Amino acid sequence: MSVPHEALDFERPGILRRIQPRDWAYIALTIAVGLIAHWQYGHMMDRYDTGGLILAVALSAWMGWFWRPWQAFSIIVGALALFGIWMYGDDLARGSTNFWLNYVGSGQAGVMWMSVFLYLSTVAYVTGLFSRSDFPTRVGGAFAWIGAGAGLMALLVRWREIYLTDPTWGYIPVANLYEVFILLAALTTLMYLYYESRTGQRTMGAFVMLVIAASVTFLLWYMWDRQAHEIEPLVPALNSWWMKIHVPTNFVGYGGFAIAAMLGVAYLVKHRLERTRPDAAITQRIPSKEALDSVMYKAIAIGFAFFTIATVLGAMWAAEAWGGYWTWDPKETWSLILWLTYAAWLHMRFTKGWRGPVMAWWAIIGLFVTTFTFLGVNMFLSGLHSYGEL
Amino acid sequence: MSNNEQAAGTPPASRPKAARQPRRTRVIVDFMGSMSLAITLLVALAIASVIGTVLVQNEPYTEYLMDYGPFWHEIFAGMGLYQVYSATWFVLVVAFLVISTSFCVYRQTPGLLKDLRRYNTQVKEKSLRAFNSSATADLDQSRDEFLKHAHKVLKAQGFRAREKSHDGHTVIAAMRGRWNRMGYLLTHVGIVVICVGALADGPTLLKLNEWLGNIEIETRSVPISEVPRSAWAPKSNPSFRGSVEIPEGASANVVFLPMREGYFVQPLPFRVELEEFRIERFSTGTESSYESDLIIHDPNRDEPLHHTISVNHPLIYNGYAIYQASFADGGTRLDIDAIPLGAEALRELEIPGRVFQEMEVPTPDGDTRIIEFINFQLENVVPLLDEDGVRENRHMGPSFDFRLMDRTGHGLYYRNYKHPALQEGAMYFLSGVRESPADEFHYLFLPADANDSLERFRTYLAMLHNAEVRTAIARQVARDDDTVPDEQTQAIATTTAELMGLFARGGYMAVHEEIERRVPAERVEEVRDLMIRILHAGLQGLYMEVLQDEGVVSIQEEEQRFLEDTISAINAISLYQSPFFFHLTDFEHREASGLQIARAPGQSTVYTGSVMLIVGIFLLFYVSYQRLWIMARRQQDGTGTHVVMAGTSNRHQVEFEERFAHLKQWIIEQKPVDAASGNTHASNNKND
Repeated sequence: MSVPHEALDFERPGILRRIQPRDWAYIALTIAVGLIAHWQYGHMMDRYDTGGLILAVALSAWMGWFWRPWQAFSIIVGALALFGIWMYGDDLARGSTNFWLNYVGSGQAGVMWMSVFLYLSTVAYVTGLFSRSDFPTRVGGAFAWIGAGAGLMALLVRWREIYLTDPTWGYIPVANLYEVFILLAALTTLMYLYYESRTGQRTMGAFVMLVIAASVTFLLWYMWDRQAHEIEPLVPALNSWWMKIHVPTNFVGYGGFAIAAMLGVAYLVKHRLERTRPDAAITQRIPSKEALDSVMYKAIAIGFAFFTIATVLGAMWAAEAWGGYWTWDPKETWSLILWLTYAAWLHMRFTKGWRGPVMAWWAIIGLFVTTFTFLGVNMFLSGLHSYGEL
Repeated sequence: MSNNEQAAGTPPASRPKAARQPRRTRVIVDFMGSMSLAITLLVALAIASVIGTVLVQNEPYTEYLMDYGPFWHEIFAGMGLYQVYSATWFVLVVAFLVISTSFCVYRQTPGLLKDLRRYNTQVKEKSLRAFNSSATADLDQSRDEFLKHAHKVLKAQGFRAREKSHDGHTVIAAMRGRWNRMGYLLTHVGIVVICVGALADGPTLLKLNEWLGNIEIETRSVPISEVPRSAWAPKSNPSFRGSVEIPEGASANVVFLPMREGYFVQPLPFRVELEEFRIERFSTGTESSYESDLIIHDPNRDEPLHHTISVNHPLIYNGYAIYQASFADGGTRLDIDAIPLGAEALRELEIPGRVFQEMEVPTPDGDTRIIEFINFQLENVVPLLDEDGVRENRHMGPSFDFRLMDRTGHGLYYRNYKHPALQEGAMYFLSGVRESPADEFHYLFLPADANDSLERFRTYLAMLHNAEVRTAIARQVARDDDTVPDEQTQAIATTTAELMGLFARGGYMAVHEEIERRVPAERVEEVRDLMIRILHAGLQGLYMEVLQDEGVVSIQEEEQRFLEDTISAINAISLYQSPFFFHLTDFEHREASGLQIARAPGQSTVYTGSVMLIVGIFLLFYVSYQRLWIMARRQQDGTGTHVVMAGTSNRHQVEFEERFAHLKQWIIEQKPVDAASGNTHASNNKND
């Protein structure tokens, strides 16, 4: 029974030993890319931009170690984006004459591919829910990866396109509703894929991808009906370094809340099926309530943490742009309401130990509050966040 | 917010018994720190916040009165719903929340600290067996050897451990992730700190002063010199946010603090002068930046401070933050040529105007009108879609807005452009007219001649209004027309002159009315056609005269079009309801910058609280607080060791169960985990 101690593996290897050669290679690559970017464009950056670049490199390197699939994903997306940018050269008109850009690699084409693959992924996941085989959900996962990749590539290429349209306009494409919807769809998909890879619960996708497909539908409507993809100059209030961190942080929050709400739906479906049709195949296919609850908590936790950061960053930005860190602008107020909604959810779970359908319902209602904070405020209420109106 | 966290802390059996008699203070502390109170307050806060976003805040009271009627207006105003976020009851709710959270922290902290220090080595075997994660085994190993091994594993796995020998058995109590418990403190203290900072920055002190009767709001909009001292906030007021509009070249040493239906005046210890305000634009004409060149005159400075602020780039001066908030006209000088729309159309009447001023203008018929200059716009960029669907921006140049009133104060609103604009191939001077600022403009198009001036139109108009000229032209037209029999020439000439006179006074409408008055109803149609033809012949004849005077010999399509436009314009003048066309000939642009000046000493407190909150949240979510107990007893026969192991965590139950299984394998079964379940790397990561 007793084994020599040396054979036991309880000694936790140091942080450096846990980083494997391929991780080192990836870290070296991200640093190299960061250095090249600085060498190429350093003259256009102020110290905040340089700080942002360092942050981005560190974040990507850490992501690669924390979640290995990120390594290949980011390399492929980065390479495709660079290829598209290279194809453009200095001429925006090539977007419609160059074959690659016209059909695959431009911002606009990338968004179309993202939409197609996220729709296909949704179909595959839902099929997988009703199928005995794992094949459809695996296909759904692959499509989701491609869709998220296409979306991120589209944003990166669009970044360049904005500069090509007019160098004096240049800004990061998270400035209007069209751009942030691309970000939302890609980011939420990636967050979902992370949870899927960590838990192995593939049928969660049948629920989560539905909300992503809904956001893609909105995006397409917004694009076709309102010509929202047209590149416009930035309004002075948004011309700030803060936008680069405030907006993406916010969307990690929204993405987490969206995932949690859809897992809440899954939870309620499972809860009902367990009572009405406990032996049905579909009942077995949906992950266990414990697993759903666990991922729901994690999604809300990450969403809440990032949403808190985003709100604080927003307050700091507001102090600079509007003359007060908190002016009870409708967007600010609804952010507070949203924050309180999830703060109460977390309190109920931590201190009262609440689980079950009530918390699932709460997470679903939370998504409605999220949607109102994100869209409703711009549509129905007037205020300082009045860009990207519908 | 009570925080009796499940599963964390001590095992169930050894919880301290609530033996103490509840005293009154204890009851109050319990109530104030209770979750129910906190949730009630949070819900109240949320509802109030929703009201504040649905009911548009800080509008003029007259507007509310119109929207809601006197009954509801009284109630809403009384409840402070027009300024929910600074209403006394709202501030009280926030204050109560701060107190409640403070009580919660006060109540929880001692237990929390004790939790961190007390390893609880007094556990009983029975309670350990009751844990969800629990294991027992009988080992061949000696007790001391086992304990040594267990310590080694625990240390390597990041646990802090205490050992205590009891009568016959030894207990190791271990814990890790103590920072998680700090997360609770940081988040809750962070919230309190944020709220305290925010309350300090709110208008609390001002309202208190008002309540004490020290100051009184001013509701009239009067020059600053006429505002009574009672509406002046103390110079020492530590926190405020006010705004002031400064025209170029002017300065201000006060800001206005909006309060309910009025305002307070806040004096500043320095004077802000606006040197210049600029709007930078992209090539498309949309604004890229708003900038103000400021000069700060401070008696404590040797020389004034020059600084340029823009949106997103405020100036922080001695704790006063000066922001670019808005802009307006600062009283632009307008040189205006009032062109009478009648017989005296060629007369020059120069009016020296200034935005925001009113002046009297004598009309040619001896009356007076009052012109009120409302605004000046340096650039007018109109986005247009051309035939190919390509978007382009049209630059219309400067315009000015005014209101023209009669003696009773009634009148219409106008917007005139300085330069003629291209419209379907020809150039026109545009003047928009509307009944109220809420309506759309209807435009008067005055045709510009080849020199882009109104000269030809004015000449034509003046001649048309001249009865002698009309008669002469009418006679000539009748004479030159071969289709007219000689004996009718005189009659036709008279009719032509009369029709031209009617048209000059009231356009086609006047002509029609006259026909309807004179001709039986069944013949109106027929006569009208004839009369219009006669009128047009006369108008054409007049035009020929004008062209002849100009030296133009042949009439091209362009000239013909000018006549048609002139006729349309004269026809529209009767609806235009102004005896003049006010033509802007020159201007001196003067802008005003809207500055917001704030003092928020609580800002750094709020930021500190925010950082505490964020750090606390991450500790709470991503550090899991785990406790582990190992009890070892020498077996009866003296050869082996009886072991009980139990553990608990306050987060991530699923992952903790996996970790507990690993610990069990290492400590009790003493087998490597990798061989059995593969990758521990990932699961270690997750628990970190």
